[in-house]
Amino acid sequence: MEVSRAEYCVLACAEVWRGEGEVLASPMGTVPAIGARLARLTFAPELLLTDGEALLVDAAGAVEGWLPFRRHLAWVTGGRRHVMMGAAQLDRWGNQNISCIGDWHRPARQLLGVRGAPANTVNHATSYWVPRHSPRVFVPRVDLVCGVGYDRAAAAGPAVTRFHRIARVVTDLAVLDFETPDRTLRVRSLHPGVTLAQVRAATGFPLAAPDRVPATREPSAAELRLIREVIDPEGKRNQEVPG
Amino acid sequence: MSRDKTMTADQVVARLASGMTVGIGGWGSRRKPMALVRALLRSPVTDLTVVAYGGPDIGLLAAAGRIRKLVTAFATLDSIPLEPHVRAARQRGAFELVELDEAMLMWGLTAAVHRLPFLPVRAGPGSDVMTVNPWLRTVRSPYPDGEELAAVPALRLDAALVHLNRADRHGNGQYLGPDPYFDDLFCAAATEAYVSCERLVPTAGLLAAGGPQTLLVPRHTVSGVVEAPRGAHFTSCAPDYGRDEAFQRAYARAAADPSDWRAFADRFLAGDEDAYQAAVEAFTERHGRH
Repeated sequence: MEVSRAEYCVLACAEVWRGEGEVLASPMGTVPAIGARLARLTFAPELLLTDGEALLVDAAGAVEGWLPFRRHLAWVTGGRRHVMMGAAQLDRWGNQNISCIGDWHRPARQLLGVRGAPANTVNHATSYWVPRHSPRVFVPRVDLVCGVGYDRAAAAGPAVTRFHRIARVVTDLAVLDFETPDRTLRVRSLHPGVTLAQVRAATGFPLAAPDRVPATREPSAAELRLIREVIDPEGKRNQEVPG
Repeated sequence: MSRDKTMTADQVVARLASGMTVGIGGWGSRRKPMALVRALLRSPVTDLTVVAYGGPDIGLLAAAGRIRKLVTAFATLDSIPLEPHVRAARQRGAFELVELDEAMLMWGLTAAVHRLPFLPVRAGPGSDVMTVNPWLRTVRSPYPDGEELAAVPALRLDAALVHLNRADRHGNGQYLGPDPYFDDLFCAAATEAYVSCERLVPTAGLLAAGGPQTLLVPRHTVSGVVEAPRGAHFTSCAPDYGRDEAFQRAYARAAADPSDWRAFADRFLAGDEDAYQAAVEAFTERHGRH
């Protein structure tokens, strides 16, 4: 059974929530949303998930709780959450920009705004999903720091570093993390068919890697069945990661 | 017996003045007080500081050049990620922006409600929210932890505009959807708050639709009540109606081009609220109901 690139990405996103316990999984994007549901249906049954609006729903879809925006914003500061956000730009220390491209005072391209990124990143675990790994996203410096990276957190002091943790960056090419001595981005695993040279060419700054880079784990037959038949029978994952 | 606070949308807007700080309830393209915003567009009121979790409310005001300063964390149509008018206005430098984190906005409104000068928040420091708002200050905990946190200033409002499912004539407002958003905070943070609603009901009829916890907005925080059926259109107003996605797509398409936008504004925004609703009805007849 051929495993698609999108399915490797779903699994890599799901792995972000392994071992996180009874926390709210907040996936932004199609592939992370499928990944979060896969995690809960398999190795992370304790996860809390919303219906995309104000309700918490269990694995069978039954309402188990209420999470309007005001509670959501308050939960952020309580720390029982692991968000997976997107990034228009991401630098080697994990600073993320989703607000605008160019000079903030009069941007060349207005994007989403800072949204909840400044609070999310300094209160609980954060991961990022980048569906197209390219030098346009992985830049030497982001135009505006929305999500806080390791260098900016350290400079801001202990109130900012206290709960700051960027767990993973999942892209269509690889899984990356910040498990280096200076807390800069490194390759953690490569999706099958991708070379380290390819990932480095798609990254706008020097990228650390272990001597032997492992391959991203292949989904089991049971996990594949859940992805294909239960969670995403319409194949929405293939629109976000074609091929 | 408390006062009858019912009025028309135009009477609400007549009580607003240019230069005011106005808070707008809802979130993105959800339960926005669009009938009140449309009334505002028919008035000469301008030069506004607007505080909102931004959606097409600030899109329409930005397109009409009514915003001097915007205080927000985002501007979105939800099912369409970027509010097109706000995007264009930002790219031409049309207004001043105070860009805050979503939680900072909530705590700023909360500080205003509690008559506090600020609230300490773990959000902002480390990010460029502190850089682009150089007037934002931090505060150090006086306790042994000594943590340095953002001191989010109270977001006091001259006026607030919100839309709810039901209200009585005295200003008791009720939400029936899954999310109250921050409408009670907007009302309590404002000197004068105006509630539009899908349907006015007698006070004794409020609990017919939902439990006491649905009575979100208390009358002592409300100056005026407007009955405005479909007053959140084209944003959602669950459970009365969902977002009008076909109309929102037409809005976003028109916003992408100045001459298309003029045609759209002529067709939908040139008349009063009844004319708007009639034009929407004609649009829906042509494009099919959902």
